[in-house]
Amino acid sequence: MIQVEHIEKKYAKVNALQNISLHVNKGEIFGIIGPDGSGKTTLFRILSTVLLADKGKACINGWDVVKDYRIIRNHIGYMPGRFSLYQDLSVEENLQFFASIFKTSIESNYYLIKDIYQQLEPFKKRRAGALSGGMKQKLALCCALIHKPDLLFLDEPTTGVDPVSRKELWDMLKRLKSEGVTILVSTSYMDEAARCDRIALMMKGKFLIADTPSNIVNQYNEKLWAVSSDAMAKLLIDLKNYPFIKNYYAFGDLHHITMQANSKSDIELQHDLHEYLEKLKHQELFISNIKASIEDCFMALTGGSSDTLHTTKNYE
Amino acid sequence: MNSTAYNYQNDISIRTEGLTKRFGNFTAVDNITFHVKKGEIFGFLGANGAGKTTAIKMLCGLSKPTSGIAMVAGYDVATQAEHIKKNIGYMSQKFALYDDLKVWENMRLYAGIYGMKEKIIAYRINEILMQLGFENEKNTFVKTLPIGWKQKLAFSISIIHQPEIVFLDEPTGGVDPAARRQFWELIYATAEKGITVFVTTHYMDEAEYCNRICMLVDGKIVALDSPKKLKDTFSAQNIDKVFRLLARNTNRT
Repeated sequence: MIQVEHIEKKYAKVNALQNISLHVNKGEIFGIIGPDGSGKTTLFRILSTVLLADKGKACINGWDVVKDYRIIRNHIGYMPGRFSLYQDLSVEENLQFFASIFKTSIESNYYLIKDIYQQLEPFKKRRAGALSGGMKQKLALCCALIHKPDLLFLDEPTTGVDPVSRKELWDMLKRLKSEGVTILVSTSYMDEAARCDRIALMMKGKFLIADTPSNIVNQYNEKLWAVSSDAMAKLLIDLKNYPFIKNYYAFGDLHHITMQANSKSDIELQHDLHEYLEKLKHQELFISNIKASIEDCFMALTGGSSDTLHTTKNYE
Repeated sequence: MNSTAYNYQNDISIRTEGLTKRFGNFTAVDNITFHVKKGEIFGFLGANGAGKTTAIKMLCGLSKPTSGIAMVAGYDVATQAEHIKKNIGYMSQKFALYDDLKVWENMRLYAGIYGMKEKIIAYRINEILMQLGFENEKNTFVKTLPIGWKQKLAFSISIIHQPEIVFLDEPTGGVDPAARRQFWELIYATAEKGITVFVTTHYMDEAEYCNRICMLVDGKIVALDSPKKLKDTFSAQNIDKVFRLLARNTNRT
């Protein structure tokens, strides 16, 4: 469905995309996961035929994104990261407009958007610009879907959207998948990775890894520990100063750490850390072996401190 | 009510009583009462459209309450908005930095807007550059900085005038996981110095880092407590579950 071979794109001196290759199968939800500035939007623009790559080749349904851009545009739905509907048109007018430019009507493909549009219907006379963030995203999704595309390109559909609306959007994508729609979706929320069939973790124009979420998690080859106590802020500092610490991160209500094993068993490692923290007056101590999440994998792959000036200098 | 008549306590940064904002017959913020202690990290959570932005606008002195009282840094939002603006900092996800100005020029600009004295400005610029490890980037144009650095700079500028309170409206959207954590270290350090941090976020793991969390549903406060107590009260594993439990009962979009 989507085939990308060795795509490169440079803006002035910044390598926005470096040797990106990608295959997405029909009916698959493929997630591109990475922070702002990692190149996600550039990739989406090239695949949506609105930007030319410097090198490489990309095909959608076998059509070339450069030569066959006109056909491709009839078969894809593109939801850009930036809200790009008409702010001064009402909810209903926006949808009608997008239906009419694709020579279709709201009625003919209503079944595709029904679940989300029903939530918008009480506000169909409201100007799009006056909707809340979550509602804007839902309307944008409806507009991208109204011509019944085979493929859906969603650039950060959940950014700035609250957890409940995010879940609804993902439920919606799952239903579209069952209709046979192929979905390429980007996000900077690591916890959304599990909702994709396959994902690529992206940073600074490169794919760090591309696989199923479970394979990526299984490839995490270090022993990861979760630690908590009654004083979490102090705990993070104490963990930082632990002689056998390798990495430490705050992770919601737990801290995640890796340690130098020094041929010790897990039980010994746990015991030693427990003793160290107890001496520092931590109470309600909890130390346990845990499975890595996608966010742990991302930080391990980028070496944690990914966002340094030093690497930006390399761009210049 | 006269603001001086209102009992303002020294260890309280924000206090509201029945704060309400109506637009026509729509009640965006509905009779909310809470207080935030000095140096506290206070998480303000709610679904899109719950009324967070409207409430923050009132607390920053940008929008007048329809009824109720809000005292921020000792000033009444209804009558002393200009005093409030001098005593608060504000940062949103759309960092208000000028790309075509250098790092130090951005700091200088905002310090000037806040009417700081030249000597203090020079001191604060150096202090911030050191804190952030930005000494070598003083003359770098902001547009060439990576997003995580811009974010730290935007935050430091929002407190360049050492306000009593800083409002952070979804400050961490879109940055990588490591940068997100570094940013929270900066928030901790700021609260440690006694600056009150009022923060909204859609990352529920970040809600766990707040001292207390206030949940807004349809303009009303439905829960207000420490993350731990909220989890206990709702028998939920994490704040994400608490959020879903409470925000599901919305009647609004």
